[in-house]
Amino acid sequence: MFKKFTAKEDIHSRTNVKSSVQRGLKTKLVNQFPKLEEVIDEIIPKKGQLIVVKCTDRLSLYTMENEVLFLQRFDDPFIPSLRLVHKYPTYFPSVKVDRGAIKFILSGANIMCPGLTSKGASLPEENYPVGTVVAIFAEGKDTALAVGKMAMSLDDVKKVNKGIGIEVETHIGDGLWSLDLD
Amino acid sequence: MAEEGTKALSVLYCGVCTFPPEYCEFGGTLTKCKEWLKEEHLDVFNELYSEDSLAKATEGLSLEAQEKVEREIQKLQAKEANKAEKELKKKLASKVVVKRVERSKRKHVIAVSGVEVFGIDPKKLAKTFASKFATGASVTKNAEGKDELVIQGDVGDEVEEYVTSLLEEKGLDGIKVERTEDKPKKKSQQ
Repeated sequence: MFKKFTAKEDIHSRTNVKSSVQRGLKTKLVNQFPKLEEVIDEIIPKKGQLIVVKCTDRLSLYTMENEVLFLQRFDDPFIPSLRLVHKYPTYFPSVKVDRGAIKFILSGANIMCPGLTSKGASLPEENYPVGTVVAIFAEGKDTALAVGKMAMSLDDVKKVNKGIGIEVETHIGDGLWSLDLD
Repeated sequence: MAEEGTKALSVLYCGVCTFPPEYCEFGGTLTKCKEWLKEEHLDVFNELYSEDSLAKATEGLSLEAQEKVEREIQKLQAKEANKAEKELKKKLASKVVVKRVERSKRKHVIAVSGVEVFGIDPKKLAKTFASKFATGASVTKNAEGKDELVIQGDVGDEVEEYVTSLLEEKGLDGIKVERTEDKPKKKSQQ
C-alpha cells in the first residue's frame, strides 16, 4: 500500500481540524474501536490540534504533533497507525501470525490464511467480520508488525483456510512508517 | 504524546533501522543494529540475542527450513549493504554547486544546486537563507529539470560557509562545494 510514498509527491494539503469536527471524530473512533474509550482523551487530548494531511488516492492521515495517528481512505473505517498500535496494543482487535509469515509481511504481502491458522499463530475466539481493522502481531514478538483489514471473516479464515485472509494496510518499514512530516 | 499516568507503552525503536529491535533481524542491517543495541540498551540486547531466546525462536522450524531462512536473510543483508555502499559512493562523487549569476552590472543572484543528494531539503534551505540574509530565496527547476535554489543578492561566501557546515554536521565533510560564475554574454561594445 505504502510501498511508494514520499512526503514530497503524495501529500497534497494539510489542514487543521476544527474542534467540533475533532469531537465528532473521537466519537466515531470510539464507535469503531469500543475499547479505545478509556484512552481516547489521551490519544487525542481536548486541547490538541489535529491536522489532516490529504494525500493521493483520497487518503487522509490524521496527525498530531507530526505523528500519524490514524489513516482513512475516503469514508472507510479508520486505520490506526502502527506507532499508535505500539503505544496502545491492547485496545485494538488483534491476530497473531506465525514466524514464517513475518518476512513476507515486511516486504508488503497480504496475509494468507495458513499463516493465521498454523501452529505458531493464534486467533481470538470471537468472530471478526469482513472489513474489521486488526493489529497484526507475530509469533514470539511483543510488538505489532502490521495493521490490516479482514478480507474474509475470521470464521471463514478458520474454515476455508485458503487465499488472502487479511489485507495489509501498513507494516513496519513501509513508506508510511518512514514518513517524516516535519 | 504519552505523558503523565498514561496507559501508553513506550516502545523502543532501533536507531539504525527504526524497527522495534525484535524485528531488526528482518531489516537487512542486522549487524549494525546489533552493535547499536549493545551499546545503547544492553539489557534488551541480552534478552533478544541470548542463546536460549535464539533457540526458542527457531525451535518450531526444521533444520532445513532454518538454514534456508538464514541464507535468505544473509542474501538480503548483502543486498542492503551493497545498496548503502552505492549510495555513499554516489554521495561522495557528487558535489554542491554554488553559482553566481550576474543580473545587471552590480547585482547578482546565487544559485545552489545538488543539495538534495545529501538529504537536505532545498525548500527548507531556501527558507533558512531567506530569513538569514533577509532576501528572497526560492526553489526552481533549472534547465536540466533539477531543483535549484535561487537566492537574491551576492551572498555566495556566506552560502558556501553555511552549506559546508551543514554537510559537516551530517558527517559528510570532504564533499566539494564548488563555486562558479556565470556571466551573461556581454553586449557588443559601442
